[in-house]
Amino acid sequence: MGDFLLVQTLNGLSFAALLFLLSSGLSLIYGVMKIVNIAHGSFFMVGTYVGLSVILRTNNFFLGALAGGLAVGVLGFVMERGFLRRFPLQALPQMMITLGFALVFRDLSLLIWGGDPYILPCPEYLKGSVKILHVVFPIYRIFIFCVATVVAVALWLFNEKTLVGAKLRAAVDDHEMAGGVGLNVPMISGCMFGLGAFLAGFGGVMGGPIFGVYPGLDFELLSLGFVVVIVGGRGSLLGSAVGSILVGLVDNFGKALIPELSYFTLFAPMALVVALKPTGLFGKE
Amino acid sequence: MKDRLTSNTKIIGLILAVFVLVVMPPFYTSYWVTLLTQMLIFAILAMSLDLLLGYTGLSSFGHAGFFGVAGYTVAILSTRYKMGFLFCIISGVSLSVLISMIFGFLVAHATGVYFLIITLALGMVLWGLAFRWVTMTGGDNGISGIVRPDIGLPIALKDPLTFYYCVFVFFLIAMILMAVLVRSPFGHSLKGVRESESRMRVLGYHSWLHKYLAYVVSAAFAGFAGVFWAYFNGFISPFDMDLNASIEIVLMVILGGPGTLIGPALGAGIIVFLKNFISAYTQRWLLILGTIYILTILYAPQGLINLLKDWLKGRQNKACGRKVSDEQTEP
Repeated sequence: MGDFLLVQTLNGLSFAALLFLLSSGLSLIYGVMKIVNIAHGSFFMVGTYVGLSVILRTNNFFLGALAGGLAVGVLGFVMERGFLRRFPLQALPQMMITLGFALVFRDLSLLIWGGDPYILPCPEYLKGSVKILHVVFPIYRIFIFCVATVVAVALWLFNEKTLVGAKLRAAVDDHEMAGGVGLNVPMISGCMFGLGAFLAGFGGVMGGPIFGVYPGLDFELLSLGFVVVIVGGRGSLLGSAVGSILVGLVDNFGKALIPELSYFTLFAPMALVVALKPTGLFGKE
Repeated sequence: MKDRLTSNTKIIGLILAVFVLVVMPPFYTSYWVTLLTQMLIFAILAMSLDLLLGYTGLSSFGHAGFFGVAGYTVAILSTRYKMGFLFCIISGVSLSVLISMIFGFLVAHATGVYFLIITLALGMVLWGLAFRWVTMTGGDNGISGIVRPDIGLPIALKDPLTFYYCVFVFFLIAMILMAVLVRSPFGHSLKGVRESESRMRVLGYHSWLHKYLAYVVSAAFAGFAGVFWAYFNGFISPFDMDLNASIEIVLMVILGGPGTLIGPALGAGIIVFLKNFISAYTQRWLLILGTIYILTILYAPQGLINLLKDWLKGRQNKACGRKVSDEQTEP
């Protein structure tokens, strides 16, 4: 029983790491621009596919992760600058546009990479497993968790300690005032969108060796990402982290204990949070 | 002058609709009759969403969930327990209503984008149930073999044409009910909530309750559509209620024109037609659909029906010897 708990907790945490990479971007994009980005799951999926192609050619996992992230990062930047900014602060039109892109991305990746599921090759030195107490656990899952932690700390430092981060926070808090004091808010928004997309694509490649990539991954992760944002609170980095861990654990234990209702188990934490604290655990109104 | 022209257009539209939907179907090929049936079912669904999206200003992205819940109820009751038409339709709609009453407590306090995110997640929860609760729903394979109902009349519904007329009658009933609803005082206060919720609250309206009821009523009609979809298709699967399906309904409403009932019905017809038409020629339906979304938002964000209205107004003004631009430049 103890072993079961330990394994499932570790599995849940490595899934939470992925969810964090996905939802931090989703939450920040929402925080800065009030855009609900339906294409965020697509960024995750397309990033993974690009990463896969690069890894197969160069045999370098980290180059693949970087390429996957950068490719969708640029895509996100172009999307924001070219389309979304025509509808500043109009929730529905913006969301419908990201939706249109989500469908286009889904179909194009089906066209380019086909309908077969792929598992990304895991780098040689991260294969194998370690023994924790009595449980044998793959190193790679621990590695993902470390990567997400590093990204979380880096994002936090960037947000709190750098000038760009300060500008970003200013844009989140009040973007008319931020524009008024001379900050280039549209540029910040574009970069923010690009950064969020980058994180999603990067996260996709990181999760690739475990979860793989297949058509339909985009919407599946998108809804999980939204649950994280609802639970954790919008626009909050800490909220994303805590929400990811909660959702990752609940999802994993749900799948292990009652596989028939696995998706449904997510309903419980979500309903609880929405009922008790509608803004999410760490959200500001 | 103005009123006569618009009412003329309405009469022409009505005559055209009666002609296409009532008089002509016996002369269509069975392909067109089936397509038309499908359009009507989705028209009910799109109009039900419009009660929320167009009239109350709440964009729900989990609407296909209720459609699917009712569809599954019919599928399970009619294939496993051999239940009759009336029992199936009542239980299908009731279950949608029941679930929406529970979900309503979570969503009714939310507004705008937050409403959208929560309904999306809740819709996915329902989808997950359909997908993974294999013993009940058949999982990925769905449930097939739903037989068209015996409604106690001497006509058989197996024939596409009689089934079409049956759906048409229920479509009319749903449309009239919704039309009465949106013209009622309740419907007007929904519009009030859409325009300014805080003002409505100050005026003494219980805005939470209005949103809650709008959510439940729209789920009831979505369930109503779902019942007929299950009977029509003879098969139901998780794909009928996934995010894609929910999104398609939103597009039907936005393309047709939110805030009217005719608009979404028209939008549903167009999308169903395009889907069938394009799928016959190419596999790239999603790519085209995505492009339609983007183009709709860029060029017709207020919907086709409102574009048509503007165009008619422009013609009318010309007929009156005035230019549209004059009217626009007036202070």
